[in-house]
Amino acid sequence: MTSPTAPATHGSFTLERHFNAKPARVFAAFSDMNARARWFVGPPGWKEMERSLDFRKGGSEVTIGQWPDGKQSNFQARFEEIVPDQRIVFTYNMYISDWHISVSLNTVELFADGSGTKMIFTEHTTFINGFDDPGAAGRKEGSEGLLDRLAAFLDG
Amino acid sequence: MLNHQALVTLLFQALADPTRRQFVERLSIGPASVSELAQPTGLTLPAVMQHLQILEASGLVRSEKSGRVRMCQLQLQALAPAEEWIGARRANWQHHFDRLDAYLAETQPDDEKGSQE
Repeated sequence: MTSPTAPATHGSFTLERHFNAKPARVFAAFSDMNARARWFVGPPGWKEMERSLDFRKGGSEVTIGQWPDGKQSNFQARFEEIVPDQRIVFTYNMYISDWHISVSLNTVELFADGSGTKMIFTEHTTFINGFDDPGAAGRKEGSEGLLDRLAAFLDG
Repeated sequence: MLNHQALVTLLFQALADPTRRQFVERLSIGPASVSELAQPTGLTLPAVMQHLQILEASGLVRSEKSGRVRMCQLQLQALAPAEEWIGARRANWQHHFDRLDAYLAETQPDDEKGSQE
């Protein structure tokens, strides 16, 4: 599955969400490990194997879990910048078992919005080693090649 | 994203044909007229128009009459649905934030209650 020779693919997205909670509570849901464990989990059937959170600049977060098929999801993050109740910048490496699939740079921004919070979440990712999303069932080899060409084309 | 699958299907259908890919490659350099697109292919104008219709249906190409010439232009944003990897990653975070939303509702302190619209 690992294809070190496959070209890297790049992607970015931004999500905007409103939460019915003040920025401090939303921030705490990121900074507190027990809170984090309540929502930062895999889909049904995913079992938590290991979790740690050292929420400070330069600190790291690890979340490892197992899917029903035995494969492990391994999330390894590092906090690059933290402004309490306002902003979290972190980087993370994602592994599926031993397969290193991506490196990402993420920013969480929190803004007071009425009695709640507006969150802007941005991710820039480099997909490596021929990552082909295991959730996208039925992907044919032909369309993989096509996607590679599309991606290369998009990157100019 | 309700129409995501349908869009991806249209995009792949549009790009499944080598002539249409040739058009897309040409248009990636800049806009071109229908006859400019047709010339290197040696195809008849109706055949070229048929390919263009499929490209237009997928949203990849837009054409516009400019005087007596029909100009075609690539719509790069139409390729976005084909970027499944980043789409899957985005969906993954959305699921996390759905759960965060539920968690925040479950743990809402009393002083926050009632202050909501």
